[in-house]
Amino acid sequence: MPEFDVVELGPADHPEPGAAAPDFTRPLVTDEFWEDRTLSRLANETDGPTVLVFTPMTGSFLATYVWDELAERNWDDRAGRVVGVTASTPYGIKRFLDDNEYPFAFFADPSNRVAASYGVDHDLDGMAGISEPRVAFFALDDDRTVAGAWVATDWPDFPDYDALEAELGLE
Amino acid sequence: MSETAEPPITFYRLQGCPYCERVTRLLTEYDLEYRSRFVEPMHSDRDVVKRVAGVRTVPVVVDENTGVTMAESANIVDYLESTYGEGDRPDAAAASAGGDA
Repeated sequence: MPEFDVVELGPADHPEPGAAAPDFTRPLVTDEFWEDRTLSRLANETDGPTVLVFTPMTGSFLATYVWDELAERNWDDRAGRVVGVTASTPYGIKRFLDDNEYPFAFFADPSNRVAASYGVDHDLDGMAGISEPRVAFFALDDDRTVAGAWVATDWPDFPDYDALEAELGLE
Repeated sequence: MSETAEPPITFYRLQGCPYCERVTRLLTEYDLEYRSRFVEPMHSDRDVVKRVAGVRTVPVVVDENTGVTMAESANIVDYLESTYGEGDRPDAAAASAGGDA
């Protein structure tokens, strides 16, 4: 018998390719400052696809696994813009970016309502009152139409990154 | 579809800093469009402010309406009052005398 347990999250009711991704405004955190930014505007002014990457909170190994992989694969050069979304504070995200020298920016969403609006929220057992995103990826074109998506159905669960890059249209 | 332009005023600030709140109050009072960029408590973590304004203190206001970049809250308050205030109006003295909460 296996001595570990992968939790089945089951399918998520998330925006599928062809649908419009929900719009939102949250502080966008870089390694220098944070300011309120709106997704629709960000996507509109980005040349090439905007890839939204939902991960568990910064500080969890789950977030580090994903972001290490994306940094190693140079996603910052391969999409119009790669932007994280997680349920951490701006201070926590900034520390995470600084500590790991990631070339990415993150939307800070401590309420996790953005993940909920994308159908990818996950209530944590043993951390009362805390909800965070599942690992999920959405490639958006400039009017927020979903071009490709991948959403974890287990926890933990990580994508096959080669297949994911094809799904999201990264070359 | 046309996009609304970025606000002409960029306001570098620290959460909960009274000097910054003084500037916030004036920006609000004059109904000015601005965007807030929050920096961290540690001065050494404020490279962006140093780059923009030559100092590591906040508040800093960058006003694209006039091309002015300004640090020090007292200077910023003077600048906002003289640029956007109603000092020339005859009722200004009476209004400001009673306007401080």
